[in-house]
Amino acid sequence: MKDVLKKPDSFFSVFERKGGPDLASTHYCPGCGHGNIHKLIAEALEDLEIADRTVFVSPVGCSVFGYYYFKTGNVQSAHGRAPAVATGIKRALPHSIVISYQGDGDLAAIGGNEILQAANRGESLTVIFVNNAIYGMTGGQMAPTTLIDQKTTTTPYGRSVENEGNPMLVAELLSVLKSPVYIERCTLEDTKNIMKARKAIRKALQNQIDNKGFSLIEILSPCPTGWKLEPVDARQWLIDNMVKVFPPGVYKNDADRPARPIKPRPVLTAAQINKALGHEDKGKSAAAKIPPGFGTHELICAGFGGQGVLLLGQLLTKSGMYEHKHVSWLPSYGPEMRGGTANCHVVVSGHRIGTPYVTEPTLLVAMNQPSLEKFAPIVRPDGMIVYDSSFVRDVNLPAGIRAVPVPFSALANEKLDNPRVANIIAAGAVIGLTGIVQADTMRALIRELPKKQLIEPNLKALDVGLKSVEHIASPTTV
Amino acid sequence: MAKQLVKGNEAIVRGAILAGCRAYYGYPITPASEIAETAALLMPLVGGTFLQAEAEIGAINMVYGAASTGQRVMTASSSPGISLKQEGISYCAGAELPCVVVNINRGGPGLGNIAPEQSDYFQMTKGGGHGSYRLIVLAPNSAQEMCDLTMKAFELADKYRNPAGILTDGYIGQMMEPVDFPEPLERLPEKAWAVKATAETTNNLISSILISAEELEKHVLKLKAKYDEIERTEVLFEEYRTEDAEYLAVAFGILSRVMMTAIDLAREEGIKIGLFRPITLWPFPKKPLGAWTGRARAILVAELSTGQMIEDVKLAVACKPPVDFYGRSGGMVPTPQELLQVIRKLREDHP
Repeated sequence: MKDVLKKPDSFFSVFERKGGPDLASTHYCPGCGHGNIHKLIAEALEDLEIADRTVFVSPVGCSVFGYYYFKTGNVQSAHGRAPAVATGIKRALPHSIVISYQGDGDLAAIGGNEILQAANRGESLTVIFVNNAIYGMTGGQMAPTTLIDQKTTTTPYGRSVENEGNPMLVAELLSVLKSPVYIERCTLEDTKNIMKARKAIRKALQNQIDNKGFSLIEILSPCPTGWKLEPVDARQWLIDNMVKVFPPGVYKNDADRPARPIKPRPVLTAAQINKALGHEDKGKSAAAKIPPGFGTHELICAGFGGQGVLLLGQLLTKSGMYEHKHVSWLPSYGPEMRGGTANCHVVVSGHRIGTPYVTEPTLLVAMNQPSLEKFAPIVRPDGMIVYDSSFVRDVNLPAGIRAVPVPFSALANEKLDNPRVANIIAAGAVIGLTGIVQADTMRALIRELPKKQLIEPNLKALDVGLKSVEHIASPTTV
Repeated sequence: MAKQLVKGNEAIVRGAILAGCRAYYGYPITPASEIAETAALLMPLVGGTFLQAEAEIGAINMVYGAASTGQRVMTASSSPGISLKQEGISYCAGAELPCVVVNINRGGPGLGNIAPEQSDYFQMTKGGGHGSYRLIVLAPNSAQEMCDLTMKAFELADKYRNPAGILTDGYIGQMMEPVDFPEPLERLPEKAWAVKATAETTNNLISSILISAEELEKHVLKLKAKYDEIERTEVLFEEYRTEDAEYLAVAFGILSRVMMTAIDLAREEGIKIGLFRPITLWPFPKKPLGAWTGRARAILVAELSTGQMIEDVKLAVACKPPVDFYGRSGGMVPTPQELLQVIRKLREDHP
């Protein structure tokens, strides 16, 4: 049998972290409830044999110095953020027992969202919520749990429903959520209730040992200093005033849910990581050399959303990459991409690329009339325009610029019975007109498409595109 | 392995995973959401954690918690979201927790817009949060660097037990370029200080509270010594066509790319100008830039803001030679031709 009078090992016997002359007493005021609660937790950690794997999170409040006392892993956190910090710890260390120890200002005011969301996620945590109806550390200001008519330094005339609203009922509020496993409100008013709190804390920790989910124990606790009462009177004030507003009891108990096994985090080898990321060497780096004198092609590919102009640009870019050319691809992004026109800028160059943003294209690929009208005026005087003549009417192009009309969409419909491959026909035309990349490189790229049924139609489309400009010109080098 | 064509935003996440990062906590915001989406896709495949937090504040505090355990962890957001994270970043610096924070800079102030700006230079390099701390800030200008500098950020964060940031923009994030992904790191630095929920680490404490004035001053001076060391040893920069330069342009991120093109155009006209590109924005490359004092006829600082980095440039060269400025805001990114005009004027004004 255990020696019941022994201080638990999970509590430091000398409070060296506290500093100062007295290393035997806590920093808490006489009559404060934190001492009781700390003792209940420390004993539970010892009896449940979990102190070594416990991490105690202390956010801002009187208990920010929790690490003075608990011989566990300790993480001090920002005001209100303990449930988020605890989440990060627990997800990293699934075997840990994480205690988020929070006061009423911390949990119910500034950290309202953090606690709500951690509870709703069902984080496997144990939250000890100390409700003393006041801000202790900062010197007695109003808490969200301050009672109506209670005077504090920031409610000098008493809290009013009209100005501050009613006291926040945390146990009630969180108990309507589906995810938490256990929520109970206890009080430190007398020995009998302290023993109830002892049991509740153990249950909340056991739930975490069993990986059942989120448990929260709200504990009504005296703050003689904040309430400006003697310790004994403070206990009576708690009984007379707080218990009515915050009725003790079990608000949620799903402890019958089955325990969940704790899965350790897997450690992958480099080969496994490369496989997971698709970074294995696919042997694509054929020893192609950039042809001497290969300059810089700057393209704008534009059309309606859904015409595949972004993919067209990407295929040209990727082909250039496989040929070891310098390439970049830049989409128009933002709200405009959710409908209307789409465009992308492609640079394929023999040299390191400066701006990826094309302001004076050497080649414009326009898949519709608005794109042609918008971008034709900025094409370089020695540049070229290739456009889908299936839709374009009344075209008025800048004088002196070479323009090649090709009915991409009509060809897609007529020759391939598939309007979706117009963009690949355009790719064929671009390759035929400019020699920006090799047709074979793009063929290889098309053969790698994940959807196998798309390979044949796209290969055919590429050939249709190449043929469509055969009569016009041999590939040129810019 | 063969190069892959990926977006800058995706390269960040892949780089992070290769660097051993196994936790991502974030909140959606344009134009950074793609980073979260990529992390959501990839983290589970490598046994990592992805969690969409309730808010930016929740996200950075989850990062704080994960970093306390020694895990390599990151978050990413865009300007307004980074503002919200500042408290947490200060706590990470105070508690000496390594982590990586990515900022895809958008237009501000306030809600601004989603287009690229570089107006968070001050926010990232000069503190942002409260207290005497520094954030290591790296500024990639290509998809390859999005990967490499993210890996570097994790390395520096661990080496100095300090948060490290990536400052970039929607262009670099959205742009696809070939990336040569390095091999994944298999051995990460040992972190004896971390809280690991084991008997051996029971006495470990992660905290930024030092209630005694003497103790806090000691801590702040310890941090300062660390920052001095970083300034001495971790500066990164690149020079482009500076060998015979009479004029020097200074720009980072996307604008350094546009400036490279503008410099090529200017050189065709016989203007001897080169580019100095800070890669570490903090530590700012004071010394290598300072070497241009008296060497260049004039310096042109170009930024997507009304002028923030220019203050560091002026300090580095003690305003000798004269330092001119060209800035655009609101997502207006200058064209190379526009910068060429500015360079021509620079020569006219400082013959």
